Amino acid sequence: MRYLPLTDADRRDMLGVIGVKSVDELFRDVPQSARLGGKIAGLPDHLGELEVERAFQAYAAKNVSSSVAPFFIGAGAYRHHVPATVDYMIQRGEFLTSYTPYQPEITQGTLQYLFEFQTQVTLLTGMEVANASMYDGSTGTSEAVLMANRVTRRSKALLSGGLNPQYRRIVETTAHWQGFKAVSGKPDAEGLEDLIAAVDKETSCVVVQNPSFFGHVRDFGKLAEACHAAGALLIVVVTEVVSLGLLKPPGEMGADIVVCEGQSIGNGLGFGGPYVGLFATRDKYMRQMPGRLVGETVDADGKRGFVLTLSTREQHIRREKATSNICTNAGLCALAFTVHLTLLGEAGFRRLAEINHTKAAQLADKVSALPGVKVLNDSFFNEFTISLGKPAAPVVEALAARRILGGVPASRLLPDDKSVENLLLLAATETATDEGMAALVAGLKEVL
Amino acid sequence: MDRSQGRSGGIASGSSVEAATFTGNRALQIEEPLIFEMGQPGRTGVDLPEPPKVKDRLNGLRRGGEIGLPGLSEPQVVQHYTRLSQKNYAIDMGVYPLGSCTMKHNPRINEKVARFAGIGDLHPLQPVSTVQGALELIDCLAHWLKTLTGMPAVAMSPAAGAHGEMCGMMAIAAALESRGERARRKTVLAPESAHGTNPATAAALGFTVKPIPANESGRVDLGALKAALGPDVAAIMLTNPNTCGLFESEIIEISKAVHAAGAYFYCDGANFNAIVGRVRPGDLGVDCMHINLHKTFSTPHGGGGPGAGPVVLSAALAPYAPYPWIVQDGDKWRIAEDGAAVDGQPLGRLKAFHGQMGMFTRALAYIMSHGADGLKQVAEDAVLSANYVMAALKDTMTPAFDGPCMHEALFDDTFLKDTGVSTLDFAKAMIDEGYHPMTMYFPLVVHGAMLIEPTESQAKEDLDQFIGALKSLAERAKSGTAAEAFKAAPLYAPRRRLDETLAARKPILRWRPSNNPPSVDPMKQAAE
Amino acid sequence: MADMKYTQEHEWIRIEGDTGTIGISAYAQEQLGDVVFVDVPQAGRKVAKGDSVAVVESVKAASDIYAPASGEVIEANAALADTPGDINVEPMGKGWFFKMKLADKSELDGLMDQAAYDAFVKSLG
Repeated sequence: MRYLPLTDADRRDMLGVIGVKSVDELFRDVPQSARLGGKIAGLPDHLGELEVERAFQAYAAKNVSSSVAPFFIGAGAYRHHVPATVDYMIQRGEFLTSYTPYQPEITQGTLQYLFEFQTQVTLLTGMEVANASMYDGSTGTSEAVLMANRVTRRSKALLSGGLNPQYRRIVETTAHWQGFKAVSGKPDAEGLEDLIAAVDKETSCVVVQNPSFFGHVRDFGKLAEACHAAGALLIVVVTEVVSLGLLKPPGEMGADIVVCEGQSIGNGLGFGGPYVGLFATRDKYMRQMPGRLVGETVDADGKRGFVLTLSTREQHIRREKATSNICTNAGLCALAFTVHLTLLGEAGFRRLAEINHTKAAQLADKVSALPGVKVLNDSFFNEFTISLGKPAAPVVEALAARRILGGVPASRLLPDDKSVENLLLLAATETATDEGMAALVAGLKEVL
Repeated sequence: MDRSQGRSGGIASGSSVEAATFTGNRALQIEEPLIFEMGQPGRTGVDLPEPPKVKDRLNGLRRGGEIGLPGLSEPQVVQHYTRLSQKNYAIDMGVYPLGSCTMKHNPRINEKVARFAGIGDLHPLQPVSTVQGALELIDCLAHWLKTLTGMPAVAMSPAAGAHGEMCGMMAIAAALESRGERARRKTVLAPESAHGTNPATAAALGFTVKPIPANESGRVDLGALKAALGPDVAAIMLTNPNTCGLFESEIIEISKAVHAAGAYFYCDGANFNAIVGRVRPGDLGVDCMHINLHKTFSTPHGGGGPGAGPVVLSAALAPYAPYPWIVQDGDKWRIAEDGAAVDGQPLGRLKAFHGQMGMFTRALAYIMSHGADGLKQVAEDAVLSANYVMAALKDTMTPAFDGPCMHEALFDDTFLKDTGVSTLDFAKAMIDEGYHPMTMYFPLVVHGAMLIEPTESQAKEDLDQFIGALKSLAERAKSGTAAEAFKAAPLYAPRRRLDETLAARKPILRWRPSNNPPSVDPMKQAAE
Repeated sequence: MADMKYTQEHEWIRIEGDTGTIGISAYAQEQLGDVVFVDVPQAGRKVAKGDSVAVVESVKAASDIYAPASGEVIEANAALADTPGDINVEPMGKGWFFKMKLADKSELDGLMDQAAYDAFVKSLG
């Protein structure tokens, strides 16, 4: 077997050194009744590399690649161009096959890029401190609420109706099993929700999303003031991180914790994961953060170096008193993010955001001209919501039959809510072309 | 540019004159500044067209001012991250015996297939009619995981081992809730040697963790466990093989006693590599177990993630599996997402979309490459290699327990007693020999623990060299004259020991222009 | 005359009238290693005997500090925020954690005096 270096002769020699006759003797602590005799039934034997490749080609052939169809899907994951350099870098074995940098003397590569990543995250979000990443934006949101509960010693979270419904359900699940209250607003398709009156002395945090799930762009400055007056924290979630190249950052709105899904920078769609969660807050809450943190220090020769720090927050030391049970971050996805953002730089990142917004504005103008279509948004970044006058899910299926990936019906994420049945979310990034937009408009004309 | 200076406060050592170079570099070890110290306005690593002017729809919220991102060209970015990569140790470079982390070979075919068009570029919310192959792929991996573990169900969505642990313990809480016993059963039993995640997870769900002592052989004390079981106990959390690298020989008695007391058995699957293909956890009475795909199934560790932590569930817990899961209807696949009508009582949702698909693809490629025949060999070679290391070092170092181990060899620091060399010093000296150190000071129940997991991926001659290096270090330490040298290690790594106290006392967690002290001439400093 | 007592958790309390000053022993700071962070309670906080009221952390360890008696915190050692190393240098002096007004001095009766504590530390090896 190509991955196993030991030969039968090696195995015999090694058994001799150990002083046993067979490898079975090494498994003697396994109870007799649980020892499998031969192979596990019902599973095939090993394949060569060529056969493995063919098997996956067969899977791929049964899917519609996002690169071959006009593509307008968003709702929390966005199709962007990722420079070839990014993928080359993350496939370098020194990054790919290293582990959590427990030994800083021989993992300065990982530690330094994570320090760069943390800095980039603070700059984008307008916050003071960021961690070395979370699993993704959705789980990061749940961790942010738990953190707000720790900081405020309260246990009621208010969740905006503009929050991605899957994010909302993750927080609700956490709330149910970990024992706090999560109060969710109704889906806010119009972008008119006002949560200020709902903030009270029991509220630990308010969770809003910007741009919202339905695409609206809001200023949460007043809400932040109301939160702070009541002793609550404002958590701002950003699922399209490219928007921060063009929009006022949450830190300037008074956010206390910012969570972003970082997939858009450096990370492909990947059918939903792995992605990378960005998590930033104020200095004063640093020690209440979940996840790993990299800090700057010096080595025995006085040279600058980086280490994992403030580890006493974490499970391997604090055990049942840890801020979170998390060990893994999204290291390699964070590297992809950092390399891509470094390639973009200030000018490139701003330009990329501008292009996204322009494409979406062009698309909104085109579809709003269609009879029976209404654009719900006055404001948006690269995604907006349209109302179709009929259920959106079958429309999307009909477009797919024409090999057009024409957005996400709101009902896909809100199946129990009749009020959103006719709504369709459309996203346009720099990858959208004039031809693609024309195909979508023509397709919609046919199926509506 | 000054490449070596950063945070002040360190003590410049009396490094010898021949160590000084103009650049501060040492041949292939190149000092590298932060990107923020390299950028220049006007430089970019991308070429993007200027978009046409349109009326913006930003609600007056256009970002003002500089973000502060540096501008670098593509070749600078390539050089920067290439240089950083060369400061890392990695599986691709040699023995990486980090116990409990299973640092096995990461095949590149896994990377290749994960990037196929039609797999790597699918949107998770594409219409299900356009992702039938992706759903079939997930279902195929799920079938393998269920069959290898002998369990009827699997929740695929958890993003990592600890996340899977949370999922499994939520399923237990859900089962107790439906029995009306959640308020009464608040105690979770866990051995003292447990991973830190176990108590952290249990406490987050409102359980009180009660430690179970180990017996002299390093295994759960069955008598103490039985005495602790009562109507207040929700579950036991047990790693098997355990964190001392030993198989819990009384595991079936343990699970029977746990079930008889009305509690559930959570198995931490971190060490599944030792038994894959040879033992099915389902045959041991396990109710749920997470599987770290980045351990047993070779998905890359990536500097600390991403991981994936599917959880296999027994019939008793299967009804509580979280959304989503894949359903096969005839020759079509669909996804049961939130709100889908189901027989069970799903505990909710843990992650957006459908799980770590990129990790699923890699793990399945690995599993297919090994097949049912090869996976068994993986476990056998991993166990054989660990026992070989243990046997070869047992007279030089001090194994913590007698008898065969599973896939990890655990030593304590008795052999270092009165040498002035600590486990940490010993580990740091391994770095100069070209190895990543083993896991240190874990499990906590063994003094100065050194947990060595060679995995199945090392050739015998590489293991022999590794053993030779450890023997040589142990003998040097025992000579009683080398403590100073050990304390100074490592000498040849990109950095010497780092001041973690300074880092924690005055945390600097991001670059700021003011972080840097005035530039110091490296030549002058070296001469001092 | 100040009265010095010790707990099994290696905390000391110096009793002056109905005021107690609390810190950790030389043995405790040695076990912890370089202290990097301390979280002390705010003045005015009411505490019950055995409550976890403060935290002391080194790079690799964290310990809770428990109130040795019930009462009210009257002053915290604010200087520790900037110089946590004081606890290593002078654990019984400028490394003190907080002062409290003691509600019931009889709660301290079970604590060890200097000789008993020295013997206790010795017994730990």
